Amino acid sequence: MTDTPAISVRGLTKVFGDKTVVDAVDMDVPPGAIYGFLGPNGSGKTTTIRMMCGLLTPDGGAGECLGYDILTEAPKIKENVGYMTQKFSLYGDLTIRENLDFMARMYRLKNRRKVVDKTLTDLGLEGRGDQLAGTLSGGWKQRLALAACMQHQPRLLLLDEPTAGVDPKARRDFWDEIRRLSKRGVTVLVSTHYMDEAIQCDFIAYIAYGRKLIDGPAAEIPAKVGLHTWRVDGPDLTELEDALASRPGVEQVARFGAQLHVSGTDEAALAAVIAEEKKKNGTHRWQKKDTELEEAFIYLMATAADNFGAPGGPGE
Amino acid sequence: MHLSLARFGAVLVKEFVQMRRDRMTFAMMIMIPIVQLFLFGFAINSDPHNLPTLVEMADESPTARAVLAGMETSDYFDFIGVVTGQEDGDRALRDGSANFVVVIPPGFERDVIRGLSPDILVAADASDPTAVGSAVSALGGIVEVAIKQTLEGPLAFAAGRPPPFSVSVHRQFNPEAETSINIVPGLLAIILAMTMVMITAVAIVREVERGTMETLLATPVRPFEVMVGKVLPYVLVGYVQTIVFLAGAGLVFGVPFIGSPLAFFVGFNIYIVVNLALGFLISTVVKTQMQAMQASFFLILPTILLSGFMFPFAGMPGWAQAIGAAMPATHFLRLVRKVMLKGADLADIAVDLRAMAIIGAVIVVVSMLRYRQTLD
Ligand SMILES: Nc1ncnc2c1ncn2[C@@H]1O[C@H](COP(=O)(O)OP(=O)(O)O)[C@@H](O)[C@H]1O
Ligand SMILES: [Mg+2]
Repeated sequence: MTDTPAISVRGLTKVFGDKTVVDAVDMDVPPGAIYGFLGPNGSGKTTTIRMMCGLLTPDGGAGECLGYDILTEAPKIKENVGYMTQKFSLYGDLTIRENLDFMARMYRLKNRRKVVDKTLTDLGLEGRGDQLAGTLSGGWKQRLALAACMQHQPRLLLLDEPTAGVDPKARRDFWDEIRRLSKRGVTVLVSTHYMDEAIQCDFIAYIAYGRKLIDGPAAEIPAKVGLHTWRVDGPDLTELEDALASRPGVEQVARFGAQLHVSGTDEAALAAVIAEEKKKNGTHRWQKKDTELEEAFIYLMATAADNFGAPGGPGE
Repeated sequence: MHLSLARFGAVLVKEFVQMRRDRMTFAMMIMIPIVQLFLFGFAINSDPHNLPTLVEMADESPTARAVLAGMETSDYFDFIGVVTGQEDGDRALRDGSANFVVVIPPGFERDVIRGLSPDILVAADASDPTAVGSAVSALGGIVEVAIKQTLEGPLAFAAGRPPPFSVSVHRQFNPEAETSINIVPGLLAIILAMTMVMITAVAIVREVERGTMETLLATPVRPFEVMVGKVLPYVLVGYVQTIVFLAGAGLVFGVPFIGSPLAFFVGFNIYIVVNLALGFLISTVVKTQMQAMQASFFLILPTILLSGFMFPFAGMPGWAQAIGAAMPATHFLRLVRKVMLKGADLADIAVDLRAMAIIGAVIVVVSMLRYRQTLD
């Protein structure tokens, strides 16, 4: 492992028709990191990932992926990257074994039989190699797809919403696997819009309407978002939640178990609201807390609804 | 970057497996030639016989009867009744109950003997020219023979004079004018055009539609490996179709194959490749399997109409001939007819091969230019 970034792109831009779908995105993914790529639907995550691995030609910008130029060295990138598409895209009418074997041949692996057998064993699918891939459940399809793009032992994994529509148990299993791979030194870029996945990432970039709004180490994201948060518990939280939501200065009320986390970017305005509440209703316990990734994530995802269609965004 | 035989083989094997699993499509590919062969060979007959015919007899003489008997034995005409005036005959033609009305003029036999060349009037329903055309053209000969046979014995002297009708129809290669012999070889061109183009276009677009193309493009596979690997299995389908078809044509319809098998084999392979390339080209234009099918159907219609399959090529206006000449089926159709029916060899079909090669080269170049190794 060297210290050159696994991915380093500058000004990446893609225009479809008259719509700028990805707008001057810079991104640096350190080697060995789990890098979370966050953004609402239609914000340009898939398009960005496709440009990074040479599947789409950027209309602007440049960069490197594993040290190879994304504009001119796509074949090299493809040989060293494992890309798992958003939609399950192995062959449903081929068996599990045939799919794995096909992918192994695409990368011209030596000892193909052995590699495929091992993949099947690791997946726990030894006995089911002859089952058609199309008949697998959602969670198994995702795991199969991940295994298929890992057989050639890529140094970089690009996972595009790998767990969309998968049940929570399968999602946890999937993330256990990602962390295992990360420990072995594989760099993982994963797009998601699940909070429980976002908080497992070492780095995070947030994109909306094709523009990157925030990025950095996960621990620094809350500060960059600039939220101030109070925690409150006590009786009748639902009424309190409704009452707080409409107050100026309160931008977000999120329930965590038996607590509410009340956040806003204007510290003074938020404090004023809370002081007022305390006076009015002594039964609640209020406490200032550090804003964590959870609050920051909810805040980010809430500020931009689905990005399909409308050009421009919150900034315009 | 160099090509890899392993990757090419992987695409090939995958395609075969998928083809095998897709029983429905595979069965259809084999059934299409058989069904078409029987449809066109038996049901669709542009040289129909036993056409309903009415007679208006103003002369009941033996000679007149002999003419009618001759017409009836020819099989073209089926006498369904007698009319007594022009009005009845016209009505029958109009409402379609008869295709012909034959009018024997009064004093027909007497005039024949006197050498006055009496006129037998045949009113034909020409609204369907294909239906009545061959019967009409056969008429002259039939009547002539009938008159010769009748004018024997005491009337033999009249036979020496010029016959009242002098229509001579000379048909080379297919003296009985059996349409099936002419139409069946042409049908092979149409069937291959239809299935090969569609099956390739659909097979490729299916990958795009299902999202598997993205996975495929994200691997190091080269476009050439994908293209040839995906298309080659369908060449084999074309082989199977052709064998089934030729067997059926020979066994059921007695279509001869008198030319050079080598010439046929060469032409046939070029034709298949051109069609597969055309299917590939379509796949670079359309987005869904549905569109791929529509585009293939859109192409097949002019192929049927303008290739010379349905209508004689020489009879078409210049612009239609130009369109026809740009279609590979036109040239393969000529090639097959030449080889199967006229005994042509390689030298005889060189012109057709060249035309197909030129069309094929253009298609391959355009589709290579259009093919994207990215998802743009
Ligand atoms: N091939 C394409 N042609 C035209 N528009 C596209 C294409 N691919 C994506 N888009 C549009 O670009 C925007 C971003 O899409 P995408 O990158 O898939 O977002 P995300 O992955 O974040 O949901 C969407 O509005 C989408 O409709
Ligand atoms: Mg996406």
